[in-house]
Amino acid sequence: MQRSNTYIIIFSIVLTVILGGMLSIASVGLKPLQDKQVELDTKKKILGAVTDISAIEDPNEILELYKQKVESIVVDFEGNIVETNEKGEPIVAEKVSVQKNYRMKPEDRVYPVYKFKADDGSIDAYVFPMWGNGLWDWISAYMAIDKDLNTVRGIAFDHKAETPGLGERITTEVIQSRYVGKEIFNDSGELESITMVKGENNTGLSIHQVDGMAGATMTAKGVNAMLDQYLGCYQPYIKKVKSEGNKVALTQ
Amino acid sequence: MSTETIEKSEVKEVSQPAEAMLSKRRRKILSDPLNEDNPITVQVLGICSALAITIKMEPTIVMSIAVVFVIVFSNLIISLIRNLVPGRVRIIVQLAVIATLVTLVSEILKAYYFDMYKVLGAFVGLIITNCIVMGRLEAFAMANKPYDSILDGLGSGFGYAWIILVVAFFRELFGSGSILNFKLAEIGLDFQTNGLMVDSIGAFMVLGILIWIQRTKTGYVEH
Repeated sequence: MQRSNTYIIIFSIVLTVILGGMLSIASVGLKPLQDKQVELDTKKKILGAVTDISAIEDPNEILELYKQKVESIVVDFEGNIVETNEKGEPIVAEKVSVQKNYRMKPEDRVYPVYKFKADDGSIDAYVFPMWGNGLWDWISAYMAIDKDLNTVRGIAFDHKAETPGLGERITTEVIQSRYVGKEIFNDSGELESITMVKGENNTGLSIHQVDGMAGATMTAKGVNAMLDQYLGCYQPYIKKVKSEGNKVALTQ
Repeated sequence: MSTETIEKSEVKEVSQPAEAMLSKRRRKILSDPLNEDNPITVQVLGICSALAITIKMEPTIVMSIAVVFVIVFSNLIISLIRNLVPGRVRIIVQLAVIATLVTLVSEILKAYYFDMYKVLGAFVGLIITNCIVMGRLEAFAMANKPYDSILDGLGSGFGYAWIILVVAFFRELFGSGSILNFKLAEIGLDFQTNGLMVDSIGAFMVLGILIWIQRTKTGYVEH
């Protein structure tokens, strides 16, 4: 049957208001839960880079562990600790979006650093979040460096759309464990990022190289570029902590 | 105009003999899409998502539930308002209803089942473009009563679900060597996995074989 234009317009408006209202209610109502999930996800990744948390099922336990073990700070490109943003509001490391900052110039970004504490309260490892481009979309990493600020303690990769079965393998334990024990500074004390080589089952890898993923050279390139860039950005902070540590050692 | 509608719906609702909850006709509505009129293997709809989310069984199960939910409720809603929907904008109305339901599913997943949300992410949103959903609305819900539409939605939803679950079963078995994330190597069934099965090509192959078997049995021929 043919209906007048007025009817169609009114019908459309009413439908839009009803459906839009439903979506708004759902969105507002579920927001706190979703925020908690995102927070949990971030904290899981940070902890996952340092220790094995796969046995912990209860989300609250993970949050509790995080509260006990992790202390976070934010540093700038020069390695100085930043506490407030340009508007004078306090910066919380967990709230810093590495993804958003990635678009800014390295000098203008702020970098979160997560310090993982041992049971006696001394710092056991440092976790550095990183961001970069894979083959299809973004990739990210949480890299944990031991308290000697040289040896890799662990790494947790994430990605949006790397090829399943190929580049996607960066999120697997097999690939991530290849980074453990590698070093980021060479003998003369200069930064030398860890690179993933081409092809798989390579032999004679140096302390700065890890075995590659067959069929995922482009993802590996993205990973290498990401590590190289961000380790460079964190280098001033790392050097600062190192020299402070030396001073403490000398005065004692 | 609007008076026209009221008159028409009154005429329609008058004196119809009560039909059994699961009469023969209704059972047929429910069971047809499971086999003889299956949305994937016979109508060849919804192939895109059948390829994308069937690498492992767990996300496939979540996707199946989401699709069944969306088909059933969009069928119900469209069927309830079918006499009010102006013919000229009906496709937009259908799309709006589907999009709302899909967004709801996506938001709920994000709030309660975050790990799955990360895996399915974009594909949940793509239920909107799943041809099965809109196909059922246009072909069935626009012309049938709410209860029948729910049955039709259930039939089509499960028709879609069982096919993608079978595909996912074989893809996970041969591609990852596991069933529902349980590694078969742990019980001594260690075999070389096939990378092709992890790729979309694997889904095409499994789906092709399924269609072949089914059409041989039902004798369905495309004209």
